[in-house]
Amino acid sequence: MLRKLSLAAAAALALLAPAAHAAGGEERAITDVAFSFEGPFGRYDTNQLQRGLQVYTEVCAACHGLRYVPLRTLGDAGGPELGADEVRAYAAMLEIEDPATGDFRPRQPTDHFPMSGLDTAPDLSLMAKARVGFEGPYGLLVNPFLRGIGGPEYIASLLTHYTGEEKFEAGTAFYANESFAGGWIAMAPPLFDGQVEFADGSPNDVASMAEDVAAFLMWAAEPKMMARKQAGLTAVLFLVLLSVLLYLTNKRLWAPVKGRSRA
Amino acid sequence: MAGIPHDHYEPKSGFEKWLHRRLPVVSLIYDTIMIPTPKNLNWMWIWGVVLVFCLVLQIVTGIVLAMHYTPHVDMAFASVEHIMRNVNGGHMLRYIHQNGAMFFFAAVYLHIFRGLYYGSYKAPREVTWIIGMLIYVLMMATAFMGYVLPWGQMSFWGATVITGLFGAIPGIGGDLQTWLLGGPAVDNPTLTRFFSLHYLLPFVILALVIVHVWAFHTTGNGNPTGVEVRRASRAEAQKDTLPFWPYFVIKDLFALAVVLVVFFAVVGFMPNFMGHPDNYIEANPLVTPAHIVPEWYFLPFYAILRAFTADVWAVQLVQFVTFGIVDAKFFGVLAMFGSMLVLALVPWLDTSSVRSGRYRPMFRWWFWLFIVNFVVLTWVGSRPAEGIYSSIALIGSAYWFAYFLIILPLLGVLEKPLPPPATIEEDFRDHYGPDAHGKGGAAATPAE
Repeated sequence: MLRKLSLAAAAALALLAPAAHAAGGEERAITDVAFSFEGPFGRYDTNQLQRGLQVYTEVCAACHGLRYVPLRTLGDAGGPELGADEVRAYAAMLEIEDPATGDFRPRQPTDHFPMSGLDTAPDLSLMAKARVGFEGPYGLLVNPFLRGIGGPEYIASLLTHYTGEEKFEAGTAFYANESFAGGWIAMAPPLFDGQVEFADGSPNDVASMAEDVAAFLMWAAEPKMMARKQAGLTAVLFLVLLSVLLYLTNKRLWAPVKGRSRA
Repeated sequence: MAGIPHDHYEPKSGFEKWLHRRLPVVSLIYDTIMIPTPKNLNWMWIWGVVLVFCLVLQIVTGIVLAMHYTPHVDMAFASVEHIMRNVNGGHMLRYIHQNGAMFFFAAVYLHIFRGLYYGSYKAPREVTWIIGMLIYVLMMATAFMGYVLPWGQMSFWGATVITGLFGAIPGIGGDLQTWLLGGPAVDNPTLTRFFSLHYLLPFVILALVIVHVWAFHTTGNGNPTGVEVRRASRAEAQKDTLPFWPYFVIKDLFALAVVLVVFFAVVGFMPNFMGHPDNYIEANPLVTPAHIVPEWYFLPFYAILRAFTADVWAVQLVQFVTFGIVDAKFFGVLAMFGSMLVLALVPWLDTSSVRSGRYRPMFRWWFWLFIVNFVVLTWVGSRPAEGIYSSIALIGSAYWFAYFLIILPLLGVLEKPLPPPATIEEDFRDHYGPDAHGKGGAAATPAE
């Protein structure tokens, strides 16, 4: 017990130190981005999702996949909202092995995005929900409540927080990244300024492209977000109305019992 | 049935009489809905109806989700994504079911705390309390198995840790764990049996809920004063009570609507807030998450489980005395199950003759410390078991046991309780002023 107490005292001192290594993880650099889809009324920015799709297609898709995302959903409301022809054309660019014939054929809109082409590259379908940007302090959930869980912020930060340092370990290159837990990531810096040309001439510096692709990946992870918020808002409004009516009913019902005049 | 005297159903028309002679179902419904209820119930008495709503909500959404879910290790994760992306309204159904479990537990904890504060568990309501505890344990089992079904990283590793608790039992532990899992590790047989039981147990809970309601309809509801309804005559009972319909139905529905406003705000605007991001990563037996954390409603018990490490003197003493049979791991498991056992045995641990905490000046302090301790244990259970967190968990666990095993038995002897009001009617009048009718209001007038 004494040993425990002295351990506790040591830990308390460590917590007071400014560079608190809380929860076993180091402090990661996560930049808060004001995404359009945050908050109860937040909506996806269709143009941003289309730009993000372009960044994903031209850069990320070289190694990563989106195995759970059906291609047809690119045309769904509340998504990148490509036209039916655009969706078909996009699908046709990607090949798939037909299990019936064993031959390769162009994908249909009913097929999914391809899986990751590289074993070490994780699938990105749910990445924006599988990572945390904002935590704590001390597990109290204050930051996630105020700023959101921060999955897309984490993705955007990861893409923009390479320091330029590299190291080789056991024949593998690692790149220093201030947003990655542990500080060294096996993924080479994927973005450079001006890499993707947007048709509408939107800014294509690394930070802008990172935000666009993070927004796209949030949509890929949560394609029904706008429908969900709409349903939530409708439910809340109707239930507030129902609560008021039931409150008044209850008040009137109990008034004679409580010796107050009828409302 | 020595219940509170009240009006009973009288079949009037020919058909009603015909049916009543064969199956008194209308009579059963009437007596259930019109049960005399103490009129001084406060807002902490609404959770029962909220809980019934939660159970029905979980069963209805769960049945539809089961139509689209595939219990197989290769397909479970993808089938949940299928529900989220392709099934009409599937994303709402799943988020309602997922967050519904959390609201279910929030409501059950408030319901239990209500019982602890107002002494609802005391004679003659011990059976109601025990049935309630059985429901609570089954809820935990059901929620745990439901959390495994999406087959994410936390599903898999949570299942590994929790079934490992049974493996810590000396002697039979290893075989028991293998039997529970259906194999040497969490795998397809585990997933299929958890799916099967996750579908079965809610109906067992439903049956126990009916017994729970039956039990307290036999004894009558408790109430904030802990004073029993006068039941010498119908006229006296009517001064203390009002029929459940419409007075408490409307009151409870209002409370339920307010709770649902919060619920749908969470489902609509922040459905993943209380979830764990790692569960959006498919289960991988080769990669252990950095911190394995159960859902928040298990955290107090998880904190107690992890609090008793090998460097705690009590653990060392027990290990020495039992010749090493009870090691630190098994001690933790015993502590965790023990913490639930003392909660279930509280009707026999609380020695005070006064029921309600309202008239127990010393008890109140200890009770609120118990609530604070519960919150602290929840928090500390989510933190890594190291440094100061271990010490807080140990102190919190010690208080949990001290509350039930030392404080409650002693308080009954040491405390000088305040005088409760003589009748419920008196309490009600004190609260609402001298104008309050003592007769049960307009609805009861024609009967007098």
